Amino acid sequence: MDGVRVIEIKKSVFADNDRDAEALRAELKQRGVYLLNLMSSPGSGKTTTLIRTINLLKDKIRIAVMEADIDSDVDAVKIREATGIPSIQLHTGGMCHLDAEMTRQGLDNIALADADLVVLENVGNLVCPAEFDTGAVCNAMILSVPEGDDKPLKYPLMFSVCDVVVINKMDVLPYFDFDLERCREYVRLRNPKARVIPVCAKTGEGVDAFAAWLLEEVRKWKEE
Amino acid sequence: MHELGIVFYIIRDVKQVAEENHVGHVSNVVMDIGEVSTVIPEYLTDCWRWAADREELLKGCGLKVNVIPAVTHCDGCGQDYGTVQHGKICPHCGSENTWLLRGNEVEIKEIEV
Ligand SMILES: Nc1nc2c(ncn2[C@@H]2O[C@H](COP(=O)(O)OP(=O)(O)OP(=O)(O)O)[C@@H](O)[C@H]2O)c(=O)[nH]1
Ligand SMILES: [Mg+2]
Ligand SMILES: [Zn+2]
Repeated sequence: MDGVRVIEIKKSVFADNDRDAEALRAELKQRGVYLLNLMSSPGSGKTTTLIRTINLLKDKIRIAVMEADIDSDVDAVKIREATGIPSIQLHTGGMCHLDAEMTRQGLDNIALADADLVVLENVGNLVCPAEFDTGAVCNAMILSVPEGDDKPLKYPLMFSVCDVVVINKMDVLPYFDFDLERCREYVRLRNPKARVIPVCAKTGEGVDAFAAWLLEEVRKWKEE
Repeated sequence: MHELGIVFYIIRDVKQVAEENHVGHVSNVVMDIGEVSTVIPEYLTDCWRWAADREELLKGCGLKVNVIPAVTHCDGCGQDYGTVQHGKICPHCGSENTWLLRGNEVEIKEIEV
């Protein structure tokens, strides 16, 4: 074998995605579209919370949803039937997350001129989606009571990239040893700026606080 | 389980560097992977074997992983400590005012051609 040559690279694998994500955010800013990236474990209540939130906001702002699933379109259909707003399905092709390029491809299928808010329901998973910046204006996550209040300790990256943590399934609190105050404390350790909003998506209780926060965010994004 | 996605990113970057340097075949890729980066080196090398052999440029190309130990710095007392052993709370002074100094890397260090 002839001489081996070494080419130094020293480059983060996420560098290109981070650049794509920044470009996407800049474009969204220019168009006045707010993109929310909603993450959680499978079954924490993303779709149920979204339906409640959309029904509170759809007369005030124009909303569209992108559902990322590994392979089905159950959620996209559910959102459309329950709210009447446009909802599309993105297939991740077996991948456990969405990156900025896949997000952009999804947005190309939405009439952005007709949307103030686009919500991306990411793949149910607390590890992978946190690694990849989708280009969203804001990351939010849902933690449900049965999952336990120690999740911010076990999935530090997810909690450190989210500005809002919605605690869902508050109706089942009596059956679990989930301590809301302790959970707030753990979230604060990961991200002192994160807001914690307890809700029950099943009855709708508390969802108005989340919707009010989101509406304010969208207004600020469009004005500033 | 996002190792496969990361492998596709690595392949994209390596292809680009190979093209810029007029390289026809790459024999080794060296990665720096932080201990708390959430990337599991064994999964990464498994995914790598599968995906790399599908590329002419990377047939048989090895993937070497250097694991970078995670170190946390404490703003309370100014000392460093091992993240994996002690977590978020400083073992020297008990402060929670700490941040990750290194150990989160997912970097392509170099390639051998
Ligand atoms: N008790 C109770 N159940 C809830 C609540 N919110 C959602 N659920 C139930 O939890 C299950 C999962 O809810 P989804 O909204 O589909 O959760 P998801 O996060 O969208 O799930 P994936 O998309 O599969 O990851 C459903 O059976 C819901 O009815 C709640 O506040 N309380
Ligand atoms: Mg869902
Ligand atoms: Zn200390």
